[in-house]
Amino acid sequence: MLCWKVKIMNLNFNSPLFEVIRDEKKCVKCKLCVDQCSNKVHLYDEKKDIFKVDDMKCVNCHRCAVLCPTKALVIKKYSLEYRENAMWTDSAIKEIYKQSQTGGVLLSSMGNPNPFPVYWDKMLLNASQVTNPSIDPLREPMETKVMIGRKPEKLEFDSKGKLTTKMPPQVELSVPVMFAAMSYGAISKNAHEALARAADDLGICYNTGEGGLNKDFYKYGKSTVVQVASGRFGVHKEYLNAGVAIEIKIGQGAKPGIGGHLPGRKVGEDVSYTRMIPVGSDAISPAPHHDIYSIEDLRQLIFSLKEVTRYEKPIFVKIAAVHNAAAIASGTVRAGADAIVVDGFRGGTGAAPTRVRDNVGIPIELALASIDQRLREEGIRNQVSLLVSGSVRNSADIVKAIALGADAVCIGAAALIALGCHMCRACVSGKCNWGIATQDPELVKRLDPEVMHKRLVNLVSAWNYEIQELLGGMGINAVDSLRGNRLMLRGIGLNEKELEILGIKYAGE
Amino acid sequence: MKTIDALGVYYRKLNDSIDSAIKTDKNITLSGVFGQRYIGRGLSKGVKIKIQGVPGNDMAAYMDGAEIEVFGNAQDAVGNTMNAGRIVIHGRCGDTLGYSMRGGEIYVEGNVGYRVGIHMKEYKDMKPVIVAGGKAGDFLGEYMAGGAIILLGLDLAEGEEIIGRFCGTGIHGGKIYINGNPDKYNFGKEVEKVSLRDEDIAFLKNHVDLYAKFFKKDLSHLKLEAFAKYAAVNKNPYSNAYCSN
Ligand code: SF4
Ligand code: SF4
Repeated sequence: MLCWKVKIMNLNFNSPLFEVIRDEKKCVKCKLCVDQCSNKVHLYDEKKDIFKVDDMKCVNCHRCAVLCPTKALVIKKYSLEYRENAMWTDSAIKEIYKQSQTGGVLLSSMGNPNPFPVYWDKMLLNASQVTNPSIDPLREPMETKVMIGRKPEKLEFDSKGKLTTKMPPQVELSVPVMFAAMSYGAISKNAHEALARAADDLGICYNTGEGGLNKDFYKYGKSTVVQVASGRFGVHKEYLNAGVAIEIKIGQGAKPGIGGHLPGRKVGEDVSYTRMIPVGSDAISPAPHHDIYSIEDLRQLIFSLKEVTRYEKPIFVKIAAVHNAAAIASGTVRAGADAIVVDGFRGGTGAAPTRVRDNVGIPIELALASIDQRLREEGIRNQVSLLVSGSVRNSADIVKAIALGADAVCIGAAALIALGCHMCRACVSGKCNWGIATQDPELVKRLDPEVMHKRLVNLVSAWNYEIQELLGGMGINAVDSLRGNRLMLRGIGLNEKELEILGIKYAGE
Repeated sequence: MKTIDALGVYYRKLNDSIDSAIKTDKNITLSGVFGQRYIGRGLSKGVKIKIQGVPGNDMAAYMDGAEIEVFGNAQDAVGNTMNAGRIVIHGRCGDTLGYSMRGGEIYVEGNVGYRVGIHMKEYKDMKPVIVAGGKAGDFLGEYMAGGAIILLGLDLAEGEEIIGRFCGTGIHGGKIYINGNPDKYNFGKEVEKVSLRDEDIAFLKNHVDLYAKFFKKDLSHLKLEAFAKYAAVNKNPYSNAYCSN
């Protein structure tokens, strides 16, 4: 397929994306920008005592601008524009230049940035007025704790009122939030440590992703979900037993239907140790699990994991939100999953082929509504917890997700933004100036887990309070009472079909 | 040595009773095994299990040092994601044998199914090895990232093929040794034939001798120099496939 690729020298049709503007009046020539930019955009010419910039390399990560002591730097969109054309947009043209030069598959980072509808913003929440009075979370107890796992059909008690039903294993979350799966390799060790410590402090979980678990982090086991993906990197008995739950990764919202690979250049000593593969070798996760071709096969994997953990851990199955997500979810429940994680088409990624990221999958809001509906209709909703991810930005999105039927949400990008991510979407370069999506020790050092984990704790604590306020406003005092309560939602700017799928009424109805 | 009668026992109960039995005696025999899954899953060094009958899928999944000897055939996904230990099968074996195994050894007396050794990997001194006495199905060593597969092709009937199609598709590490000259087969495009060195012969000898010992066979006639060795064309197959956007 790539056999016609030819090397073309010095013929780049593309212009820069961004322009670095330095206010000479403000600049004190401290050269911090030169030092801070891993992309080597800023250069200082000693002889002439002037700064030079290479706009071509700038990814607009804001590192230099934010750290500049006199705020002398501004990064702007490069002003050279193509002749206006609603069809042949800037990116449509630039992508062709890139591909005709390199012959490569376009690779992007972070979630789908295109202007598809954001359904969170087309749903409005209810509040109590006069009757069913609202509850003030400052005065009244509010329950935001949720239990993730399979729930029994019925509960039985002995004559003394003691529960005799053996409960399937559950994961307790103090807030209906988890940190989404992000592998060590895709993100740095310090970023992982910040996530792990924050999850531990908050009484929630983070997720190892498919890169194995660093020995230093086994101590956060009670706040860890370990992942098993098709590459099985770093998967062994100790690892499987290290966390409170195991997640089988079938799909990812940013790249449904395809696998992933960590290029050998990102597999240094430490990543090699955690993934248990040689230094410098590509870590290739094939698109499917090679032992799963059916729901029965999925069941075999689920139960092999239950067997090796003595049925003590709930098994999550993560799928991408695709057209027939509801049917897939139904099969997944029947395969024995204790929780399903559905990742929407805006879900983030360290690297995904641009065309897949931007064109494959469906919005999480629609997938969630149809999955919850289908599982209810089939009478199996109680058998599984439903977690959603892929574009959850704030506490209102969480409350709406729960009202649509989710048990909890997973946040990836939002958590990284709390750690300093500036959404430049250059993760794939491995040169993240904020120490997140990089394995370069000099850059990783910039993210201090001691400081940064507190930002995550703050973020989730603030959201927790906001969730309580929104719940209280609706006259509800527990997250559990909101789940699937779609009467608390109204649509705005939606058509009949969208309302039908979301299972909500129009505002004013 | 304790014997557990497995006939008609549900797999979950069987695996539980193995767990309790090995607390007092690490050497156990299972008789009447008939398709029960996950036998030996995750078991550690020191445990030795002899199996009479046909164990079910995912035998020795995530196994971590135990030794299993099967007196009969085995089903699919034996040694799935296995970390360490040894499996000896006096019979044939199904598909995806040794899927993603990272360490340990598997010896199969006879033929093995499709996609054997798929995504096997290695790490430092953990180098998994699969030795099969007969032939293998399509996609042998697919996506292989490390370790070694040795295919002896003993007692093949006239016209019987030692491997199927697409051997080594997607391989990016590890080695595949095939008895004879399999040039005529349709290999994956990511694999190439490489020359056999002295250390390869020593490696083959070591494992062939063990095979002969386990299955009580005289293999002195095998010409190890005549084995063909296959390895990945490229350790980083995708490094040039992309351009960042
Ligand atoms: S890449 Fe980041 S640090 Fe470098 S010049 Fe651009 S905004 Fe500044
Ligand atoms: S993680 Fe780093 S490279 Fe990726 S978008 Fe955020 S700031 Fe940019």
